[in-house]
Amino acid sequence: MMPEMLSLSNSPGVFIGVMLVKILAVFGVTIFIVAYATWWERKIIGHMQTRLGPMRTGFHGLLQPIADGMKLFFKEDLIPAQASKLSFVLAPLMILIPALITVAVIPFGPDLHFGNFLIPQQVTDLNIGVLYIFAFAGLGVYGIVLAGWSSNSKYSLLGGIRATAQMISYELAAGLSIIAIFMLSETLSLREIVFLQQQDLWGVCSFVPNWYVFSQPLAFGLFFITGLAEINRTPFDMPEAESELVSGFCTEYSSMKYALFFMAEYANMTVISAITVTLFLGGWSAPLNIAIFTMIPGFVWLLAKVFALMFFIIWLRATFPRVRYDQLMFLGWKVMLPLALLNVLITGLVVVILQ
Amino acid sequence: MFLAFAKGLSITFKHLLPGHSTTVQYPKVKLQMSDRFRGLHRLVPSQDREKCVACYLCPTVCPAKCITVESAENEKGEKYPKVYTIDLLRCIFCGYCVEACPVEAIEMTGAYELADYNRDDFQLTKQRLLK
Repeated sequence: MMPEMLSLSNSPGVFIGVMLVKILAVFGVTIFIVAYATWWERKIIGHMQTRLGPMRTGFHGLLQPIADGMKLFFKEDLIPAQASKLSFVLAPLMILIPALITVAVIPFGPDLHFGNFLIPQQVTDLNIGVLYIFAFAGLGVYGIVLAGWSSNSKYSLLGGIRATAQMISYELAAGLSIIAIFMLSETLSLREIVFLQQQDLWGVCSFVPNWYVFSQPLAFGLFFITGLAEINRTPFDMPEAESELVSGFCTEYSSMKYALFFMAEYANMTVISAITVTLFLGGWSAPLNIAIFTMIPGFVWLLAKVFALMFFIIWLRATFPRVRYDQLMFLGWKVMLPLALLNVLITGLVVVILQ
Repeated sequence: MFLAFAKGLSITFKHLLPGHSTTVQYPKVKLQMSDRFRGLHRLVPSQDREKCVACYLCPTVCPAKCITVESAENEKGEKYPKVYTIDLLRCIFCGYCVEACPVEAIEMTGAYELADYNRDDFQLTKQRLLK
């Protein structure tokens, strides 16, 4: 008997149990990465600036995230008198939840056999996985705009407005660069995209996997850069821009609400790395189709690749200054968008010719 | 353009490698102060008393007016400072008092950890300065 996919209809009890375990595991790991990404970033940037970063809390500052959390938790929770209260409270949640929810469609290993069932190592395998990711990435900006608007402060408002303009300009190019992937994979499900990337490279080279970064290097570069702009990381951190806008959209926030913004920033960083890895760098699959590599479980490869990309993002932050606002717009509309369109065109031509 | 990006990235990466940090782990590790460092003042003692002869040159030269001296005569008929107080909260650590002293009775040590809990504790009396 062929094992069938475990679902709510064929075994509700087991399905719910497995689902809870998966959700808890993914959520726990994500929160842990988010907490320690702050420590990691401070360490790396510190060393790159010939400092040491946190050193006093625990061994090489390892307890720093806990200390930061405690400190923020016990701070006074201020809501400005002229602020729009409901949206002021809502905004941090509206930015953090989309960031965390996106992790649900990231696959982290091959299907597991459990009795007669197949369990995908993924919280949920949506057949429109990538659309879902883009929908929630689009929702994330509402949190920033709402935070900027409801604070009733000029710096926050400017930060919010910048976030909107930036999002509109970069989401287009990000979406278009992804389209080239679908033209090759012909599916939107992230699980199947990873399976496709495990095949031989272009059907010839047996030990190198068919990662889409090899066939779509331009799309990879475009998606990574636009991704940085979408999660407001340096060099595109215009909405926050501490040297111009105090702290941008989160100027008026304090205590746990500020902590939520902070967590959202790092959650976004983790998520964009995970998405880039899944779409372009083979997700959880091993970098070479050799027995030693494929024996290592999938989530190890996924985490290793995610950490490598996160390191690169932090490295960029330590190296490059923030782009000017007009440069940002120029890059988005006049460089990224035409390049993404060109990439779609070329990919289409190649696919048609090869058929 | 991309070459410049790569160059910048390589510079920051070089600094990441171990052995590039210039940080001194301050409370655990302390730098050796220069001999000429102008830290906390000290009145130099001689055999049985302080060297100071209460000539009033240091309060005169002090730009921050932080030194208070009251002179008196001891039983041998020598002038000595009955009161010698330095207000550390006013002192600017310029070292003019040391320069002005004709008998080298005041000097500056390397001590720089001068924080305290009370304002009164910054009024350094003769007894504390003689330590």
